[in-house]
Amino acid sequence: MAPQTELAPAPEAELAPAPDVESDAAAAAATAEEAPAFEYAEPTEGIGTPVDGGMTLPEQVTEVGQDALWFHNALLLPIITVISLLVLFLLLWVIARFNRRSNPTPSKTTHNTFLEVLWTLVPVLILVGIAIPSINLLQAQYNLPEGETVTVKVTGNQWYWTYEYPDHGEIMLISNMLPEEADAQEGQRFRTDADGPRLLGVDERMVIPAGTNVRFLVTAADVIHSFAVPAFWTKIDAVPGRLNERWVRVDRPGVYFGQCSELCGARHAFMPIAVEVVSPEDFERWVLAQGGSMPGAEAETSDDAAEDTATDTSAAEAAETAS
Amino acid sequence: MTDTAATPAHFEAHADNAHHDADHKPGFFVRWFMSTNHKDIGTLYLIFAIIAGIVGGMISGMMRMELAEPGIQYLADWSGEEGDAALHFWNVLITAHGLIMVFFMVMPAMIGGFGNWFVPLMIGAPDMAFPRMNNISFWLLVPAFLLLMGSAFFGAGAGTGWTVYAPLSTYGEPGPSVDMAILSLHLAGASSILGAINFITTIFNMRAPGMTLHKMPLFVWSVLVTAFLLLLALPVLAAAITMLLTDRNFGTTFYDPQGGGDPLLYQHLFWFFGHPEVYIMILPGFGMVSQVVATFSRKPVFGYLGMAYAMVAIGVVGFVVWAHHMFTVGLSLNTKLYFTAATMVIAVPTGIKIFSWIATMWGGSVTFKTPMLWAMGFIFMFTVGGVTGVVLANGGFDDIVHDTYYVVAHFHYVLSLGAVFGLFSGWYYWFGKMSGRMYNEFLGQLHFWLFFIGVNVLFFPMHFLGLDSMPRRYPDYPDAYAHWNEIATYGYWIMLAGMAVFFVNTIWSLVAGKKAADNYWGEGATTLEWTLSSPPPYHQFNTLPKID
Repeated sequence: MAPQTELAPAPEAELAPAPDVESDAAAAAATAEEAPAFEYAEPTEGIGTPVDGGMTLPEQVTEVGQDALWFHNALLLPIITVISLLVLFLLLWVIARFNRRSNPTPSKTTHNTFLEVLWTLVPVLILVGIAIPSINLLQAQYNLPEGETVTVKVTGNQWYWTYEYPDHGEIMLISNMLPEEADAQEGQRFRTDADGPRLLGVDERMVIPAGTNVRFLVTAADVIHSFAVPAFWTKIDAVPGRLNERWVRVDRPGVYFGQCSELCGARHAFMPIAVEVVSPEDFERWVLAQGGSMPGAEAETSDDAAEDTATDTSAAEAAETAS
Repeated sequence: MTDTAATPAHFEAHADNAHHDADHKPGFFVRWFMSTNHKDIGTLYLIFAIIAGIVGGMISGMMRMELAEPGIQYLADWSGEEGDAALHFWNVLITAHGLIMVFFMVMPAMIGGFGNWFVPLMIGAPDMAFPRMNNISFWLLVPAFLLLMGSAFFGAGAGTGWTVYAPLSTYGEPGPSVDMAILSLHLAGASSILGAINFITTIFNMRAPGMTLHKMPLFVWSVLVTAFLLLLALPVLAAAITMLLTDRNFGTTFYDPQGGGDPLLYQHLFWFFGHPEVYIMILPGFGMVSQVVATFSRKPVFGYLGMAYAMVAIGVVGFVVWAHHMFTVGLSLNTKLYFTAATMVIAVPTGIKIFSWIATMWGGSVTFKTPMLWAMGFIFMFTVGGVTGVVLANGGFDDIVHDTYYVVAHFHYVLSLGAVFGLFSGWYYWFGKMSGRMYNEFLGQLHFWLFFIGVNVLFFPMHFLGLDSMPRRYPDYPDAYAHWNEIATYGYWIMLAGMAVFFVNTIWSLVAGKKAADNYWGEGATTLEWTLSSPPPYHQFNTLPKID
């Protein structure tokens, strides 16, 4: 495939290591003066963050995620539990009933056509029963519903994420993990509980509107990374030279964390993802505070960028087909 | 025997000295370094696998120590480096652990070790078809292992993961380490291809009169299917990693989008090999468990043909499911639907095997000696690992747990609790046959119970970590994951205690174990190796056995 300029390692990668946090924050603050204020929310423990000692899948905040959660909790988990317990029970029965003492003369049976057909057909039926909801789930994950769509371009870098909003002017965020207070250098911003748990708090969160379709266009500038937000049931690899697409629609505002999920080198464990979902009004405020603009608003700063989602869809599809 | 020109006199000389020839044993160096004897080469493979297993197992211990609590505790001390270089050492550990356990522990033990020892014995053959090729198969493995170990010391070490994904493995990691690791895989692959050719030829051409394919013991069937998988899968790996080498060193761009290449091409090639590879690791275990279950149940295997062809089916279908390892790379909807469906199909022949093993025991007169405990442990643990495989097969579900500890739990249940349980089952089953001395039953059972409890405490909590979305290949994790990580590390220590018992038992038994009878398992053990002495003569079946 002919790499489009957009797909080649993006120029922003040259900025690595990410620019120093202070000046960035200062710039944001300067812009914020004229724009209406936007305040980042505090994360809710247990939603969008790993649960302490958790044993189950995370709570889902998208409809597709909730379907998938149901698929696992109501169908897959009971089926595999029953099968495992059945095998365990049969083995225990053998131990109890067919040991040397209880059954000194072994039977000579080596065939039973009925049984053999049975344990071939029953698993087939179970698998068909699993496959049908599985197919529906997959289709739902791929079908972006009609309606207003916000596009965020996500780029994985060693070892941070960049987020761009092609429809909202020139917004580009560089998202680095915040160090702990003990590890922070003089004057460097460090993590507080308002930012999120250790290893998950970042300096720049991705912000998306609630109740709106959001499309992630995911690529990488160096090696393969993987963009993952468990509360959205979303994980999509960031592959250099490719533009992968994933959509979500989150109804519940909040802060949702994820971590890079494809081995990408030394600091693979230290490039978390933090997505803040806000009301559409707050999203607009945030966009303006970042120096961007809403598509459709009088387009002074956003002439061609506001050129809506349709062009974007075809570009993404073209990239998919080409590869 | 070096004579190549056959003269009548030559044959006569042999006829006179046939008995003498059979007992001929070369000196130490010739016997162990220039061996053409399948049993000696099998022993070499087993010793090699045990050494590699010790190294790989110690690396597991290092990883579990580091993961026992949140934060980075040991990496800097162990690597003698600071910052990113210390973190890179973590990736070196996970890479080495994976490669060692796959290529230098499980495969050599299953195929090289038990395959070499027992395939010729079970089909009534005097040796393998190509005894010298057998020797080079083994001796290619030694430099392969040295290259891999050496890669940790020349340069920063290979920290690419055992999958060696481009572009992390191309421009992501300069220096000689990754090149050495790639060459190591080349040698190990060549070794396995030669071994596979040898097994296929031996099984097709050297069966004793009357030993039709449908009368072969299931262990031989399992090695036959495995050999075909090796023969078809490894050349693809060789091609894939050769292109990695040229991308790294000669400016090609097979996997580099900037030159028109594609990083995903590597993943497709790798997993075209990698998925059959997981069946390569488990199929001989299936075979051994079949022999053990039949022996200790004092019954023939239930549904023999179904069992044999289930393995063939697993082998065939195993070649067309590879992209389920790539569910998150951005596959199209149709591709994901296909690989979901194809992957689930594998559950059917696997189910046939599980239920046939249970049916073999059903109505049997079962004794629960050490090999049988391992075999039954295998059946249950493989079921648990198998059903999470069915869960993971669903492309729509997989997104949440892909590359998390759920996957780590899944493949350790089928390998560390599946393949390894199969190996120990075979080890205790044939220990007396191979060494001429019996293992200690109490120590054998103690080993089983410690190991069984240990690995379950170690790996079961990983399901919880994975469901709660802890990514794999992380040296440090958010504090919420601390609880189950701590428990998992306790499991490691329990397992290690079990392994200590294993080594004590092995050494004690070799030195002072009871002498083993020819057929120490009695009426249930019906395959040909039990008709020979323990250990078998240096050359067996001078007169071929007849099977009716």
